[in-house]
Amino acid sequence: MNIETLDFSISRYRFLDEEGKLCQPLPEHLTQTDLGISAYQTMVLARTFDSKAIALQRTGKLGTYPSILGQEAIGTAIGLAMHENDVFAPYYRDLTTQYLRGVQLEELLLYWGGDERGSDYQNCPQDFPICVPIATQLCHAAGAAIGLKVQGIHRAALVTCGEGATSKGDFLETLNLAGDWQLPLVVVVNNNQWAISTPRNVQTGSETIAQKAIGAGVTGIQVDGNDFFSVFYAVNEALSKAYAGKGATLIEAVSYRLGDHTTADDASRYRSAEELKQAWKREPIKRLQQYLVAQGVWSPEQEQALIERVTKEVDEAVKAYLSYPPQKTGELFEYLYETLPEPLRDQCVEARYAHLNLGGR
Amino acid sequence: MQTSKSYDVSMIEAINLALDRAMSEIPEVVVLGEDVGVNGGVFRATVNLRDKYGLKRVMDTPLAETLIAGVSIGMAAQGLRPVTEIQFMGFVYATMEQLVSHAARMRNRTRGRLSCPMVLRAPYGGGIHAPEHHSESTEALFAHIPGLRVVIPSSPARAYGLLLSAIQCNDPVIFLEPKRIYRSSKSRILDDGMGLPLDTCFVLREGRDVTLISWGAMVSETMTAADQLAEQGIEAEVIDLATIAPFDKSTLIQSVQKTGRCCVIHEAARNCGVGAEIVATISEYAFPYLKAPISRVTGYDTIMPYFKNESSYLPGADKIMAMVMASISECKESNHEAV
Repeated sequence: MNIETLDFSISRYRFLDEEGKLCQPLPEHLTQTDLGISAYQTMVLARTFDSKAIALQRTGKLGTYPSILGQEAIGTAIGLAMHENDVFAPYYRDLTTQYLRGVQLEELLLYWGGDERGSDYQNCPQDFPICVPIATQLCHAAGAAIGLKVQGIHRAALVTCGEGATSKGDFLETLNLAGDWQLPLVVVVNNNQWAISTPRNVQTGSETIAQKAIGAGVTGIQVDGNDFFSVFYAVNEALSKAYAGKGATLIEAVSYRLGDHTTADDASRYRSAEELKQAWKREPIKRLQQYLVAQGVWSPEQEQALIERVTKEVDEAVKAYLSYPPQKTGELFEYLYETLPEPLRDQCVEARYAHLNLGGR
Repeated sequence: MQTSKSYDVSMIEAINLALDRAMSEIPEVVVLGEDVGVNGGVFRATVNLRDKYGLKRVMDTPLAETLIAGVSIGMAAQGLRPVTEIQFMGFVYATMEQLVSHAARMRNRTRGRLSCPMVLRAPYGGGIHAPEHHSESTEALFAHIPGLRVVIPSSPARAYGLLLSAIQCNDPVIFLEPKRIYRSSKSRILDDGMGLPLDTCFVLREGRDVTLISWGAMVSETMTAADQLAEQGIEAEVIDLATIAPFDKSTLIQSVQKTGRCCVIHEAARNCGVGAEIVATISEYAFPYLKAPISRVTGYDTIMPYFKNESSYLPGADKIMAMVMASISECKESNHEAV
């Protein structure tokens, strides 16, 4: 006879439905008007920046850029929930969290514009830079969490990735360690349903991404990633747990990538227009706006003022980015090692001469 | 104030002394890896450290090399100085993405805002009759990566001094320990906390006739060959490269300018080995001084054989000597022809 020894389940948090109506009352700490408004303002700014970045790429003023369209609620919730002294390890679709952490919009443009100075964050010096190799950042965040634990600092490391990253060893190895060592770590999986052309159901046979936490001894929860309040609630809860030394949490934020993978991709090759149309009905900004309007705390006048403000802010960042002075010659040698090793000096000189011969400054 | 004491130690004991010293002097130093805690490492490099410095500074990790390298990068970027053990170099390949894409680049890609002061230690090389995957010498894989430093000691004193410097260094260092000589001999070292430079090679023996460049376990073979050559009246200059990347070009070039002959000896396969880079560098800078083609004595471009046949792969003193003798006699002949 089989004896059932363990039983697992996965909870899914949701407060706002697709029309912006509450499915259940908001917990008290989510009811302050400022929180919803502040989130809404950030999400609108993020979308404005995102469409501007795509336009810059299309006109040859920016490199390949990965749109965050449709995923604004996740980054906003993380950014608003995190404490300044937490450590953030982003993937490449995290401009919203990075912005809230203090990364300047022109720094993000510099990065996607092919300039290393874009990762020299002036306002959040401990945060990791954008991470392109899939899932590798999970390990760095775990390392940061170990650092916090070893040094007795009651803060947490928070790391994000897409659902495609959950197939990689780095993801699974990190979760395993986080469960084993009860690390102050929060992993937020931005499940946007698509890893370039690979849909979620081809990525894994697992019913949810959240349940991948169970095998590692980590709490796994699923949230509606297009509902700001759900994500904020879950991240807040996970961070408090981490601060209290009670271990790691995996949050699967279910969302949808409304844009292409990057500006180099054409999603119409592999997904239907109908699917996209349906996904737009669930997008995060409209539903939060509808909620705020229904609450009587958001007016067309405020909306107009917000659009003007964020457009101005983005335009100023673009202006700053486009007029950024070029790097110094030889800067590629300057930060490679703490001090330039003697054997590399002649190559550094070679680079300077090559530059002069090409008529550079 | 730390005391200075001298000990007769093997290389593995010297490594343990250096780790102990670094942990006692630098609170940010932590040690992590598989079996490094209770067991003190499979070769005992980390023995007693856990008892002395506690669980928070000596961490037994799960069996996951990618993770071990990745968390080390995360720790290093946030103020710790991890000294990470990968149990054998044959298992280091899972760490490559983390080391190449992150450890080597962290400082550059953040313009110095974050850095990666970590040391990744791994026993490497053949000669101990170990199972498959435990005997390769693949230092060239790391030497090719800008941003990494690659260091290989060849004696207890250099293991002690180079490891201390690697730990103090603010760049990521791959520290490969030739396990064949972990316990092959003891020598007296002073445990004084003093590091050895990571940008200078070591001239172990001066000579006027030929420059022999080597590192790791091959240094002792090279020294034996030099003794045998001396009996034939050939004075070899022996250089322990020690820091494989970035390597000290000027000492090598100056030596070859003096001797006019050069042989590079390494255990790794020849094709794209570190020897190729040394030969190219000497050709670029010391070509007019050369009296004979530069030669290489290396492992073959084959898979490292299993241990029953590893002696057929590993270059020895006889082979080095034969190569040097051949290059000297050939050179004499061609000089006669020229005359």
